[in-house]
Amino acid sequence: MNFSEVFKLSSLLCKFSPDGKYLASCVQYRLVVRDVNTLQILQLYTCLDQIQHIEWSADSLFILCAMYKRGLVQVWSLEQPEWHCKIDEGSAGLVASCWSPDGRHILNTTEFHLRITVWSLCTKSVSYIKYPKACLQGITFTRDGRYMALAERRDCKDYVSIFVCSDWQLLRHFDTDTQDLTGIEWAPNGCVLAVWDTCLEYKILLYSLDGRLLSAYSAYEWSLGIKSVAWSPSSQFLAVGSYDGKVRILNHVTWKMITEFGHPATINNPKIVVYKEAEKSPQLGLGCLSFPPPGAGASPLLSSESKYEIASVPVSLQTLKPVTDRANPKIGIGMLAFSPDSYFLATRNGQLCRRGCCLTPYCVLWPQV
Amino acid sequence: MGDWMTVTDRGLSSESKTISQYTSEIKMSPSSLYSQQVLCSSIPLSKNVHSFFSAFCTEDNIEQSISYLDQELTTFGFPSLYEESKGKETKRELNIVAVLNCMNELLVLQRKNLLAQENVETQNLKLGSDMDHLQSCYSKLKEQLETSRREMIGLQERDRQLQCKNRSLHQLLKNEKDEVQKLQNIIASRATQYNHDMKRKEREYNKLKERLHQLVMNKKDKKIAMDILNYVGRADGKRGSWRTGKTEARNEDEMYKILLNDYEYRQKQILMENAELKKVLQQMKKEMISLLSPQKKKPRERVDDSTGTVISDVEEDAGELSRESMWDLSCETVREQLTNSIRKQWRILKSHVEKLDNQVSKVHLEGFNDEDVISRQDHEQETEKLELEIQQCKEMIKTQQQLLQQLATACDDDTTSLLRDCYLLEEKERLKEEWSLFKEQKKNFERERRSFTEAAIRLGLERKAFEEERASWLKQQFLNMTTFDHQNSENVKLFSAFSGSSDWDNLIVHSRQPQKKPHSVSNGSPVCMSKLTKSLPASPSTSDFCQTRSCVSEHSSINVLNITPEEIKPNQVGGECTNQKWSVASRPGSQEGCYSGCSLTYTNSHVEKDDLP
Repeated sequence: MNFSEVFKLSSLLCKFSPDGKYLASCVQYRLVVRDVNTLQILQLYTCLDQIQHIEWSADSLFILCAMYKRGLVQVWSLEQPEWHCKIDEGSAGLVASCWSPDGRHILNTTEFHLRITVWSLCTKSVSYIKYPKACLQGITFTRDGRYMALAERRDCKDYVSIFVCSDWQLLRHFDTDTQDLTGIEWAPNGCVLAVWDTCLEYKILLYSLDGRLLSAYSAYEWSLGIKSVAWSPSSQFLAVGSYDGKVRILNHVTWKMITEFGHPATINNPKIVVYKEAEKSPQLGLGCLSFPPPGAGASPLLSSESKYEIASVPVSLQTLKPVTDRANPKIGIGMLAFSPDSYFLATRNGQLCRRGCCLTPYCVLWPQV
Repeated sequence: MGDWMTVTDRGLSSESKTISQYTSEIKMSPSSLYSQQVLCSSIPLSKNVHSFFSAFCTEDNIEQSISYLDQELTTFGFPSLYEESKGKETKRELNIVAVLNCMNELLVLQRKNLLAQENVETQNLKLGSDMDHLQSCYSKLKEQLETSRREMIGLQERDRQLQCKNRSLHQLLKNEKDEVQKLQNIIASRATQYNHDMKRKEREYNKLKERLHQLVMNKKDKKIAMDILNYVGRADGKRGSWRTGKTEARNEDEMYKILLNDYEYRQKQILMENAELKKVLQQMKKEMISLLSPQKKKPRERVDDSTGTVISDVEEDAGELSRESMWDLSCETVREQLTNSIRKQWRILKSHVEKLDNQVSKVHLEGFNDEDVISRQDHEQETEKLELEIQQCKEMIKTQQQLLQQLATACDDDTTSLLRDCYLLEEKERLKEEWSLFKEQKKNFERERRSFTEAAIRLGLERKAFEEERASWLKQQFLNMTTFDHQNSENVKLFSAFSGSSDWDNLIVHSRQPQKKPHSVSNGSPVCMSKLTKSLPASPSTSDFCQTRSCVSEHSSINVLNITPEEIKPNQVGGECTNQKWSVASRPGSQEGCYSGCSLTYTNSHVEKDDLP
């Protein structure tokens, strides 16, 4: 891997546009839009306060900048730099902000998750959605942008509401059989909604688009349960990563587990290829001894590269024993991602700490440092 | 009767001692003169007999001894030794007969006693040995008994210990189970407690939220607003629609359509998969049948059963096949039939393969050629034969090739030259083709170039026109602004303003062309003027300036058009103006392109008036 020069960034706010042409990054209260190929600055916008969250609209025409402290959202246009839009939530406060899939509505979650305000950039209409649930992944849109599923909680019970994104009409409203819903996610084909419970209970429920319960799956009881969930791009598989360090794959026909992957600390199987990242030492040419000495980040001579070399089996990955008596321990499968052709699955297991990478037909392991 | 006492004579001490071994208690008569001993169970020792016998009766005491003996014998029941006495005072005469009888009796008695004594002694010995034996047995048994008792005690002890352990383990297990149960109860109770607490807290929280919500809504915060420059159009370009019951129904319909589409798609996929799998199964079945059916030709005793079943199966399956294909392979029964038939075939195949294996092993072991089993040697021979054939064929092919070549080369010189010519012709033709291609490409390229230059010219012309318009507009402005102003400053200003613009280079009186049609462009042939360089000397002396443009046609002479200051300043007619002479040398046909260098010369010459309107 080659790395370019270093650009300043604050709060890890850096996003590529959905069409892949631009790169937006934040420095304090400024929004910088660069061209992807040349990394030249195309646009520079100034917001009123420090930016906490940026998001591209789906058609890559607008960027949303959310400033939670002041309760402001500012929207910038790429086509017309002089266009501006400011949404002020005032005393209602702002906790989260996101785009709707058509790129013309902004959903603001007010403080204490009191309500979700839907602001329209096309008309003057404003809609409110009450009782949204304060959880990690409470809003999810289908891939074609038609429907939005929202997790709600009323009277100590969890509900899921399905809205039609074109006119924000409530399509379905049903309760879920969960103790404390933590996340919901649509399948890529938009017909199945996965709903999973808090980490104190391993339970994942599958609902059809019209609100019927298709199936429920629970691998074990009593121990800490689900940490992360990912759909395969073809909607055929659902990968569930849990705190016991295992990934379980469910199939879309019977919704039963077809296979299970563990993450052992030592890899002995000779069929597995292990790639180890090694940093190449910086190459200094003869021309580096020039005046003035190269500034930080400006010298192409000090660009670091890293390459992957194949380590010989058996390989033992370093493990760190994490603290288990605190809340949200750093164990279990924290991250899951399928490759676009559904051939590979990348997982990150919180226990292993050295950089390493394993390739098997269905499992790519990228341990966390 | 009398007590027999042992009298220890000094002379007889040794004998008495030896005799006393055999006797238990011997008492002697009071007569100390007589040392008499009665041997209970002794064989009279020859040594002591004489002395003993002589010790009882001596010549002195015959009468006394006879009376003594008589007394003794009569007490024992023997008849008396004396004869029947006639009177009391007369001495009794010894009855010898009686004496002899008594002696005989005594001897017999003695013998009997001796025998009895022997018997008794042997019995005694026997009994003694028996007793010893029994005693030893007894002691051994006692020992065994002891050891077994000890063992038993030991085992009992161990058993007891193990039972103790067992009990203690049971106890531990029970304790653990109890603890587990207790902990589970604790967890359950805590869970309920937790839920209850959570619910209570949530209710409180909801109340707070409601209250806060009310406050927020009531406040009518003017700050909560959206400030937007202009509303953006919808992403799909359509207008928004009102929310009505119809739209609700429409949304429901769409949702169901989506779901149905998804299900149909999935069902299609599954049906396709099913059909493929069934096809595969059918193929497998057919192949298995074909594998097994050749066995019909070689009936063997061992395989008779299997062939019989194979034949029947083939007939069955043929019928089944037709049936299955008719019913589209979707019924339960058909599915079952298919799987059953495949299982059957598979079993037959397996048994067949096992039999073959057995045969092969037999062949290896016994080494005899079964007629149906192709032995390895035969197989090898066959392969050798085939290889030989292949070799021969290859050689034949080679020879034929050689012959052909010879034929080809063994022709006359004429033919060879002809051939060479042919080759040359071929090459020539190829070259001609390539050349024609090249020429075509060249033509295309020329055409493209020309069109490009045309386009460039058109662009230039358009630009000129635009610039002229602009210039005219500016002039108008200027006119309006400065009617009586004097020239210098304006000129300078205008000069600078316009000199600053690079488009001033290409001021073209294109806009005037409609007015000056007849002479502006003499002929419609394309003019190419791309890069025009000029130098603009600012001549403040000149009061007026004039824009002179020239559109120069290719073949015509240079036309110099002057825009006289008459338009700018109607007062000063005939004033001086600068002319620009454009000399354009442009040859569109030139291969270097249509770049032309122009030089402008400003001359303060008289205005060449054209017939301007």
